[in-house]
Amino acid sequence: MCGIAGLHFDDASRMADAGMLKRMIRAISHRGPDGDGQHLEPGVALGHARLSIIDLGGGAQPIHNEDRTIWITYNGEVFNYVELRKMLEERGHKFYTHTDTEVIVHLYEELGDRFVEELNGQFAFAIWDRPRRRLVLARDRAGILPLFYAPVPGGIAFASEAKAILASGLVKAELDPDALDELMTFWAPLAPRTMFRGIQQLPPGHLAVLEDGRMSSRPYWQWHFPANGAHRRGVRKDLETEMRGILADATEIRLRADVPVGAYLSGGLDSSSLVALLKERVPDTLQTFSIGFDDPRLDESAHQRTVADYLKTVHNHVQCSLGDIAKVFPRTILHGEMPVLRTAPAPMQLLSGLVRRSDVKVVLTGEGADEVLGGYDIFKESKVRQFWARNPRSTWRPALLKRLYPYLDITSAGSAAYLQEFFGIGLDRPEDPLFSHLPRWATTAQCKLFWSDGLRSRVTGSATERLRAALPAEMSGWHPFNRGEYLEARTLLPSYLLSAQGDRMLMASSVEGRFPFLDHRLIGFANGIHPDYKMHVLREKHILKEAMRDRLPGSIAARHKQPYRAPDAAAFMGPQAPEYVSELMGAKAISGYGYFDPDKVSRLVAKLGRSKVSNARDNMAFVGILSTQLWHAQFVDGHRFD
Amino acid sequence: MSDALRDQVRAFILENYLFTSDTKALGVDDSLLGRGIVDSTGMLEIIFFIEEQLGVKVKDEEMIPENLDSVNRITAFVESRRKAA
Repeated sequence: MCGIAGLHFDDASRMADAGMLKRMIRAISHRGPDGDGQHLEPGVALGHARLSIIDLGGGAQPIHNEDRTIWITYNGEVFNYVELRKMLEERGHKFYTHTDTEVIVHLYEELGDRFVEELNGQFAFAIWDRPRRRLVLARDRAGILPLFYAPVPGGIAFASEAKAILASGLVKAELDPDALDELMTFWAPLAPRTMFRGIQQLPPGHLAVLEDGRMSSRPYWQWHFPANGAHRRGVRKDLETEMRGILADATEIRLRADVPVGAYLSGGLDSSSLVALLKERVPDTLQTFSIGFDDPRLDESAHQRTVADYLKTVHNHVQCSLGDIAKVFPRTILHGEMPVLRTAPAPMQLLSGLVRRSDVKVVLTGEGADEVLGGYDIFKESKVRQFWARNPRSTWRPALLKRLYPYLDITSAGSAAYLQEFFGIGLDRPEDPLFSHLPRWATTAQCKLFWSDGLRSRVTGSATERLRAALPAEMSGWHPFNRGEYLEARTLLPSYLLSAQGDRMLMASSVEGRFPFLDHRLIGFANGIHPDYKMHVLREKHILKEAMRDRLPGSIAARHKQPYRAPDAAAFMGPQAPEYVSELMGAKAISGYGYFDPDKVSRLVAKLGRSKVSNARDNMAFVGILSTQLWHAQFVDGHRFD
Repeated sequence: MSDALRDQVRAFILENYLFTSDTKALGVDDSLLGRGIVDSTGMLEIIFFIEEQLGVKVKDEEMIPENLDSVNRITAFVESRRKAA
């Protein structure tokens, strides 16, 4: 992967400042430490920071077509480039590199804006078409790679990360209060919104064209499900075989690289399945990487070791302590560019660091399996709530929820009345498209208790109602299970998991992640089959478990999904806590930045310091407040915590 | 009902769930669940408080909203258990 940045001006004769472009690229040099390049001409400037993966010697960017009229700066991988290149060569296109990048240029020449539909991969890029004087921006279907843009005087600036746009000096960092509202509801601002007022992100699966001083954007691909009742059904074994075949090919083409490819191994079903498929394709030197925690409730080391031994991989492990999280957390926020409500991205940064130190540049990960194949507890929760909604007075129907959350202390509440209160929200509206996610969002929104009056007065409207207004009309005709999957794929996956916890934590260590479960062919297959193949009664990812049963240790295939979590507020408590915690959570900094109520924050900090038990809301609020303070300190104040 | 006990319960809820000392923020009959003041793990903290600071053991079958869902209900529950002891 790489970093891209550039400028486009309405005035076709205006030349960009090469120094400015250089500054933009330097701000994201972690994305591409192997080299950088620029192309400037009247009206446009394209910059690139390169991480060499394919055609190590010949892939310097920006890259152009035969007569140098079409240029591209590109971040990503197109895994079917071999097949596309063959087709283009047969049609007479001449290539001067062996890269996937150059394939995109010629494909654009060949097909016009339809070209993007042919790409299978993860990408974000800008194409400059000089004869037509148009700039084309595109982002991959699932939103694996980021692409930001901002209006600047006389044009726009764009880049892989917001910090490159800020480095231009043309946009000032300022927090968008509505973005914080979305973050403290959905865990992240939703595209096109970002944390930065005035900076937007191209939504996943979108193509934007800047032409004649106007920018237009359209989806070329979207998550889509059949109308309820129109799902594909078939013999289970046949569907399992078909799914395994697609996943195997998605894995196979993601091995295309001129550098070693490794894999993350969490010890769960998804990454273990990938490693099993990888081992059938790569020699004995396959390297796997995992992270462990001192807290046994969060640690999966034993399962990781079981899989690594069973599949005979060269296994690498990093142990993460509370102190490690606190130490890297400022950098986590600097790279992620948004506050977070959990510390989970921080250990992912340590893990990518381990990969880099092992001289591996590319890792395959199991991210996306839970969204595509129905793995999350929220899908089960919604299924039980739907079942309950048919008889809201039942006391034993909601008791099924207790089976879902053994790691929450829900059983201690002991009473159906409590379940009713926590999960009964929206029970009278089972057809509401937001039904599946209302309890989670209501819990998350409790963080807003700590907002200052000033912030509250600057928030406009409601985050959930904005999302509701942007949902596709056909969603009301989908199966309730699919509606939940759609919300997850639209909100948490691209906005948080693939960004703050995904791309940014990988790129912080200059490591490229690849995501076979997010191959659009697999998504298309999984979305088309009846939900029962994915969630059989309350058995999550049933089709994957059955398809991989013979290739995995029995204990792994039978595991209940353990959500990946890291220690939260505890990482920042006690005498070992870094100085920045007390500084930024103190009344002076809280009042100074103005987002939160200093009195409430001081009481929260005191409570967490003295409490024997901590609840989810307090943990989320603490991490959310601290990370918002870190965001402001680093982006608005320009402070560095080295 | 003991005013001192009720004030102690209210102060605990205000401090630990609403993060304020402003008594206007919580009525003595306000539903803790209905107002979203406590969540599932939050209940555990209230039970810890009752057991450790008020000295009353809470049995599993007593962990119901009728006993725990407002300042007045908690106060009445604790008083009744103290009398029974």
